[in-house]
Amino acid sequence: MYLNRKLLPVLVTFGLLAVMIAIGSFRYTGFFSTQVLFNLLIDNAFLIITAIGMTFVIVSGGIDLSVGSVIALTTIISASLVEKQGWPPTVVIPMVLVMGAVFGTVMGAIIYYFKIQPFIVTLAGMFLARGLCYVISTDTITITNSFYTDVAQAKIPLPGGSFVSINVIIALVVLLLAIFLAHYTRFGRNVYAIGGSEQSAMLMGLPVARTKILVYTLSGFCSALAGVVFTFYMLSGYGLHAMGLELDTIAAVVIGGTLLTGGVGYVAGTFLGVLIQGIIQTIISFEGTLSSWWTKIVIGLMLFVFILFQRLLSERRVSAKTLQ
Amino acid sequence: MISRMRKHHLFWPLCMLGLLLLFNLLYSPDFFSLVMREGNLYGSLIDILNFGAPLILVSIGMTLVIATGGIDLSVGSIVAISGAMACMTISKGTDQSSFWLVLSALALSIGLALVLGVWNGALVSVARIQPIIATLILMVAGRGIAQLITDGQIITVSNAQYQYIGAGSLAALPFSIFIVLTVLLIAVLLTRKTALGLFIESVGNNARASQLAGIRSKTVILAVYVFCGLCAGIAGLILSSNVSSADGNNAGLWYELDAILAVVIGGTSLNGGRFYLMGTVIGALIIQTLTTTIYMIGVPPEVTLVVKAFVVLAVCLIQSESFRKSMAVRLKKRKFPAEQGVNRHVS
Repeated sequence: MYLNRKLLPVLVTFGLLAVMIAIGSFRYTGFFSTQVLFNLLIDNAFLIITAIGMTFVIVSGGIDLSVGSVIALTTIISASLVEKQGWPPTVVIPMVLVMGAVFGTVMGAIIYYFKIQPFIVTLAGMFLARGLCYVISTDTITITNSFYTDVAQAKIPLPGGSFVSINVIIALVVLLLAIFLAHYTRFGRNVYAIGGSEQSAMLMGLPVARTKILVYTLSGFCSALAGVVFTFYMLSGYGLHAMGLELDTIAAVVIGGTLLTGGVGYVAGTFLGVLIQGIIQTIISFEGTLSSWWTKIVIGLMLFVFILFQRLLSERRVSAKTLQ
Repeated sequence: MISRMRKHHLFWPLCMLGLLLLFNLLYSPDFFSLVMREGNLYGSLIDILNFGAPLILVSIGMTLVIATGGIDLSVGSIVAISGAMACMTISKGTDQSSFWLVLSALALSIGLALVLGVWNGALVSVARIQPIIATLILMVAGRGIAQLITDGQIITVSNAQYQYIGAGSLAALPFSIFIVLTVLLIAVLLTRKTALGLFIESVGNNARASQLAGIRSKTVILAVYVFCGLCAGIAGLILSSNVSSADGNNAGLWYELDAILAVVIGGTSLNGGRFYLMGTVIGALIIQTLTTTIYMIGVPPEVTLVVKAFVVLAVCLIQSESFRKSMAVRLKKRKFPAEQGVNRHVS
């Protein structure tokens, strides 16, 4: 019964997603096709990867505002190394992934050892990464390297005539790994324990320091990987890429049913949260007459509804406990 | 005497501002020169005050919010909405020279800013949602609302009366400075000459305990968010009237971050419970001076972000108790090795 209540937000999200797809299919011809659904994945692969990293951070009770900037930094470093310095992509991609992870580790270490709010440390990280982009280049660097263009244009055919890109495969692999990491490993359980109560986790002898820093490392790594995927998607590096993505990411995690106070949440829910945002965008583009800024308003409203919903759920849980 | 000065909360911010100004003086000796032209003063210092006015306003509001232990991420969006509302009303008006048109535009956008402040405040105090998340909603949706008002376009107005707010001058100084001074004066008087400041600090320290002690914590929290919305609304008017246009997408972009930075530099702790309005003003001036300096020495302006990142980090490290303790321990170790075992356990 208890498990059900924790699953409830995810189920609501899933129901909402189904309702939105149903509404879309009835209203617009050509909406209900497998390709439209796969396009959702193709266009949001980078968001899925970022949001998965963010889920771990939020479940541990923190927040990471630097994700969008790290993506931009990754795109611009990859683009300038590959195009201007002529480095092979096989060296550049592992290098940027390590760089993202190190960036996260440093932020995590500052957060843990100096007891500064994650909000402000990752804010500094966001400034730093965004600023470094402009130090490297203030212009767009287009990528013409054959490896990048091959990966970007590769279409993996699926039965039924539809296709997905390599990015989608990467995102889905990350999703499966993350579900495994969150629910079937010691690290995952530690993250949930710390999010529930850091004090208790410490008293239980769990490795709080290591876990907290690793959570930010993971988020940094996911952002860098999302940056690589984004580079494939856009085939360019630019300091203004992924502007404001941190908000979309947090919104996806919240809509996916993760509690912002930490301790409760599902990686699979986050995946649904990203898909809901994608569906809203698809519906608005199918509608044609609505302008793109409605996306922001609708996402803001949904955030509001979901947060209130969570609030009600957690309040009921508290009152249920006091009754016992 | 000097050690007492160093203890004063404004010492470090003032030092930083002084150093920045000194650097400017050395780099270009005519930085401090003021020119009188057509009855108005011109010069880099006046520019800093004029362009810094919206930031100072937003930061004043943010200080009080942070003092209650909260944060308001939506100020940038409110700045955009308020500017968009005013420009929209004026551009729709039939009689451009009418005083009432401008007045109604101002009333509408200030009213809207107040409503948005109430929305934020109600989410935090009544619905008890975490401040970061509660204001995040408006931060995301607010940009959309601003674009909805302007219909996604940049609206330009040519109304002399409206321009006066952000670009006019009074007694040889930009008019915006007087707006800032008025708001600052009201805020200082309200918080330091009445019990309100004490209430805010007490709520920031412990909202529940304050409630039990008879302070209406919810009302106090609601009030600071409304005040912050008001400040952001006025800032939006100044910003849009200075350039005579409203841009729903870019007006007030990153303002929330600059304002938080200004508050933190000014010595207000992000944990709440204590605030320094004058420190915030100096913090905002430091940020504006930094921006002006970076423009002047010809570094690409985007690099400001890197500098800001290090400033935020340095200030936070200095404020962090565990960082100070670890530094102190390291310094002490060398002098008195015997004291090592006496260090109290830090939880």
